[in-house]
Amino acid sequence: METLLKITELTKNFGGFTALSGVNLEVGAGERLGLIGPNGSGKTTLINCISGAFNQSQGSIELKGREITGLKAYQRTRLGISRSFQIPRPFSSMTVLENLLVPIAFVGGSDGPKEVEEAMAILQQMGLHLKAHLQSNKLSQVELRKMELARAMAAKPKLLISDEAMAGLAGAEVDEILQILFDLNATGITVIMIEHIMQAVMKFSQRVVCLDTGKIICQGTPSEIVKDPHVQRAYLGD
Amino acid sequence: MKFWISSLSLLAFFFVLTLLGVNEYFFFAGFVVLQFIVLATAWNILGGYAGYVNFGVPAFLAVGAYSAVVLFKAISAPIVVQILGGGVMAGLLGLGVGLLTLKLRGIFFSIATVAVVFILETCVNNWRYVGGATGLQLTRPEGLWLFSTYTRFLFFMMSLLALIAVATARYVQTSYLGRGLRAVRDSEEAAECSGVPTLKLKLIACTVSGALMGVAGAPMPMYLSFVEPTSIFNLSYAISALGMPIIGGTSHWVGPLIGAIVLATVQQVVTVTISSELNVLVLGVLLIVFVIAAPDGIIGLFKKWKRFSK
Repeated sequence: METLLKITELTKNFGGFTALSGVNLEVGAGERLGLIGPNGSGKTTLINCISGAFNQSQGSIELKGREITGLKAYQRTRLGISRSFQIPRPFSSMTVLENLLVPIAFVGGSDGPKEVEEAMAILQQMGLHLKAHLQSNKLSQVELRKMELARAMAAKPKLLISDEAMAGLAGAEVDEILQILFDLNATGITVIMIEHIMQAVMKFSQRVVCLDTGKIICQGTPSEIVKDPHVQRAYLGD
Repeated sequence: MKFWISSLSLLAFFFVLTLLGVNEYFFFAGFVVLQFIVLATAWNILGGYAGYVNFGVPAFLAVGAYSAVVLFKAISAPIVVQILGGGVMAGLLGLGVGLLTLKLRGIFFSIATVAVVFILETCVNNWRYVGGATGLQLTRPEGLWLFSTYTRFLFFMMSLLALIAVATARYVQTSYLGRGLRAVRDSEEAAECSGVPTLKLKLIACTVSGALMGVAGAPMPMYLSFVEPTSIFNLSYAISALGMPIIGGTSHWVGPLIGAIVLATVQQVVTVTISSELNVLVLGVLLIVFVIAAPDGIIGLFKKWKRFSK
């Protein structure tokens, strides 16, 4: 499998606190990777460093062999890294359709009837096409999660980072989001999923990486991970 | 097309008015209303579209005015050159302030813009070439071209500037720039992760907004035949420039236009009929009423009424 994302010795300090310490990680093109770890383990900091929201203190990040360490978040998005947010951040003054037209205009560089069709096709895929002209702040929680994924898709990503897209959702809604992520991955998009719902992570991921106190403590297939004593200790204690 | 036809018709109407025997006070008061339109529209490009509240309006206005004074004193520049010079200098100030402060968000950005006012006021107070703290008297020409008085000419110039400001705000709103700025206002992190170069867009907005405020300030010395720092650096300009879009509605280019017409007209009427001291009170009361009862301004009320009547 060709390497899409390569992280080498990534460290992130916040003053005297080290949130990430020497993280090394490779993600293959088309892979489904689960990222788990207890609260405060550094999962969100790691994806903030990947997406460009934070600048790392040390280390490097490469996308398809290209160094992206010094690039800003919008430049990384244009190169193919998209993400959703733990707490949905819709452009609330805009309709659902307009939310998608932002990345389409700024990543694709054009904004016309063809782009509206493109946005509508993504909304159809997410089951949101009937809500296209609704103000985004009127959406339900699951619809907001879908719209966030749709907006991330509108940026035509090679790598999609889903940050707790299922948090606070009911069982059937979790399955809906999971199916959407499977469908997106089937189109060739690499997906990194951060999630606290372990059944979803284990069902979705080909490989799972576990972080604790800013370090990768183990990685492997879902069945290997659940048996790993380091993971059990990180979640359950000694 | 409709916009341009109606705007140019209005401009032609104002031009004809200046040639007729209309009372001179109409043009004197009309200049202020039109200047408020430019200020409110300019403020809204950064404050309304991108959500960055700029309290530095008097600084930009003053840079426009004092650039005009310098150009007039140094090379006897005509008013058009003074306006262009004022716009360029205030635009550069906008770019500089933006580079230094636009990485700050919310209240921190607003406080930084207030600081710019005090810094520039101190500089002007100690700059004798432009009159320092005591100010400078200017002698303006009697009339110009077809206009019988200079006030009429300045009224027409300000009409033209108001048209340019409104057209610019309309263009920004409907272009990809406007969509990006709205995204910045709603969620800067999400905008950046949607490919929006947030800092670049904010810098463009700050520069354009600053340049338009400078343009509004440039004719002031000639309009008053006098310039002095205490009145031009008055923070009430900042409150007015912020209040007018809030009254009219910040989400659309029409909002500041409506707000400016309402506020400036009411203030002019109050000045003539009651007292000029009550101007600030009128603004304060209107602001409180709109913030509580109609936070989306007159535009918001109109939209609600349209939805309700369907």
